[in-house]
Amino acid sequence: MIPNIWCPGCGNGIVLNCFVHALDELQTDLDKLVVVSGIGCIGRTAGYTNTDSFHTTHGRALAFASGVKLANPELQVVVVSGDGDLFAIGGNHFIHAARRNMGIKVICVNNFNYGMTGGQQGPTTPLEAFTTTSPYGNIEHPFNLVHLAAASGAVYVARWTTLHVRRLTQSIKKVLQKEGFCFIEVVSPCPEIFGRYNKMRSGLEMMEWFKKASSVESFSDPAKAEITLDRIVVGEFVDVEKLSYEKLLHEKISQINEKALEQVG
Amino acid sequence: MTGKRALLTGAHFLNGDVACAEGAIAAGCRFFAGYPITPATEIAEHLSQRMPEFGGIYVQMEDEIASMAAVIGASYAGLKAMTATSGPGFSLMQENIGLAVMTEAPCVVVDIMRGGPSTGQPTLPGQQDVMQAKWGSHGDYGIIALSPSSVQEMFDLTIEAFNLSETYRVPTLLMGDEIVAHMWEKVVIPSAEGIRTVNRKKPNVPRDKYMPFMPDDDLVPPMACFGEGYRFHATGLTHNEQGYPQTSSSEVQSRLVRRLCEKISQNEDKIVRVERVTLEDADVVVVAYGIVARAALSAVRKARASGIKAGLLRLITLWPFPEKQVAEIAGRAKAIVVPEMNCGQLVREVERAAKETPVAFLSKLGEDPHTPMEILEVIRRNC
Repeated sequence: MIPNIWCPGCGNGIVLNCFVHALDELQTDLDKLVVVSGIGCIGRTAGYTNTDSFHTTHGRALAFASGVKLANPELQVVVVSGDGDLFAIGGNHFIHAARRNMGIKVICVNNFNYGMTGGQQGPTTPLEAFTTTSPYGNIEHPFNLVHLAAASGAVYVARWTTLHVRRLTQSIKKVLQKEGFCFIEVVSPCPEIFGRYNKMRSGLEMMEWFKKASSVESFSDPAKAEITLDRIVVGEFVDVEKLSYEKLLHEKISQINEKALEQVG
Repeated sequence: MTGKRALLTGAHFLNGDVACAEGAIAAGCRFFAGYPITPATEIAEHLSQRMPEFGGIYVQMEDEIASMAAVIGASYAGLKAMTATSGPGFSLMQENIGLAVMTEAPCVVVDIMRGGPSTGQPTLPGQQDVMQAKWGSHGDYGIIALSPSSVQEMFDLTIEAFNLSETYRVPTLLMGDEIVAHMWEKVVIPSAEGIRTVNRKKPNVPRDKYMPFMPDDDLVPPMACFGEGYRFHATGLTHNEQGYPQTSSSEVQSRLVRRLCEKISQNEDKIVRVERVTLEDADVVVVAYGIVARAALSAVRKARASGIKAGLLRLITLWPFPEKQVAEIAGRAKAIVVPEMNCGQLVREVERAAKETPVAFLSKLGEDPHTPMEILEVIRRNC
């Protein structure tokens, strides 16, 4: 369903591009890939991939994806969604999917606000930033998504901006080959809406901010991986091995049935 | 009970929740996602033990919203899937019941009704969710809801619910109550060969020609599942037959939503089931469902014994509402009596179908259901 609905200067196209390149470079079997997204601008991604795809209710992409992955563990399940979808309305599903180590790969596009509805304050809006619902400056402390993901149990956690296209593509390739719950945050420009209220009216200005502020500090403490006007800490923060939920579950099911067969025998 | 990986064929003494769980297994359900809630928890507990024995999935989610979402995901991945809950959880599920309706995901939702609103009475029966079953999610849609009156029906109608959901690609609701769920009764479980199960129809067109929401003559589209190579898209947004969003077209919205309603209403004759007891010459007809229908049957028999021409129309299907069946008896009867464990819900549907025939409503809240004598008293007053 191209052309897409996204605004000029939006970073979503870059993220989709990196995702598609990663799939291509890995020669992923597209018949066995399911792309799931929630509601919001980036939520439309599911409709732009030539794979099985599902556009869920707001916030529920991970809960839906959990059902898919458990029902058919052979499928590669990727959730592409936004910061509001995954961490405000869907925050509970996020921490529990991560805690269970459900074999889902999450690409979260963080644009600091609710773009689809016209730019409201959200769970990642920086302190003092202006949005249509924080006209006097935001007084809510934002989530540090990589810290939250790491603390919740994700086996892979990374943050990049849309400026880091090669590293982002490498990260996506890495998670597509990794077992368990993986999380990539992509800091992305929303010049038409977030930028407009915060003195960065073009995509280029926002990308210049990313260039000036970002610093690659891989495997530094995700708790200290800040995102401010002056500093955006990017990199890989977590990369560990842990048995996934679906593997543990299906091993358990096999054990139960072997035991049953012995009893019958 | 016999061993693993086998239906419990034979006669058993079970409670309704366990009978429902066994019915799900017999129907071919291989995915259950849920969240603990009284009085439906035993369904989850039993399936956490039984599902793995059949290679099926049991998962406890973080809430009922997630449970319903996971059920839809599993359904799209090709499994027959179910969740079970009670009022508060049923409220949380409404959002994704709407998603299941919109994306035509076959699935079964069991609601063991307790007293509401809000947290209400977790351990007491109610029939207060029957309108929510029809209208709980926003927008217009058709849905199927069944009402078991016995532990045997908790088994039988769970299978029926799966068959209907697979046939019509619609979430199908089993509206039990605390009593049928917790009561212990004899249940006869047939052999696997003796149980009719239905599977969703699959596409028979080449993969590149497949349109996921193009209906057949019965208004139900064949369903491909994830991983089968069809590479299709589904969305909760208003979508065209190809599955892609088309949210500004009144034509697409009208075509889609009317079909979602009509695939149920036009197949009503095939879906609706009622039980008729001594209706042929009845002057007074009790219309009842669920556990209340048991007391109603007793009341009707007592009335007959005392010379009153009474009958019972037991609604097994609540939605689509058995309008024709009620209209038919209303044409002959002098009065209709509707006992319900709520402040008056399905009685309004009965009144609408009964037209001129007077309808007496007997409400009961917050305690045991109606006694036969209470219903008999109203029969007497209306004969």
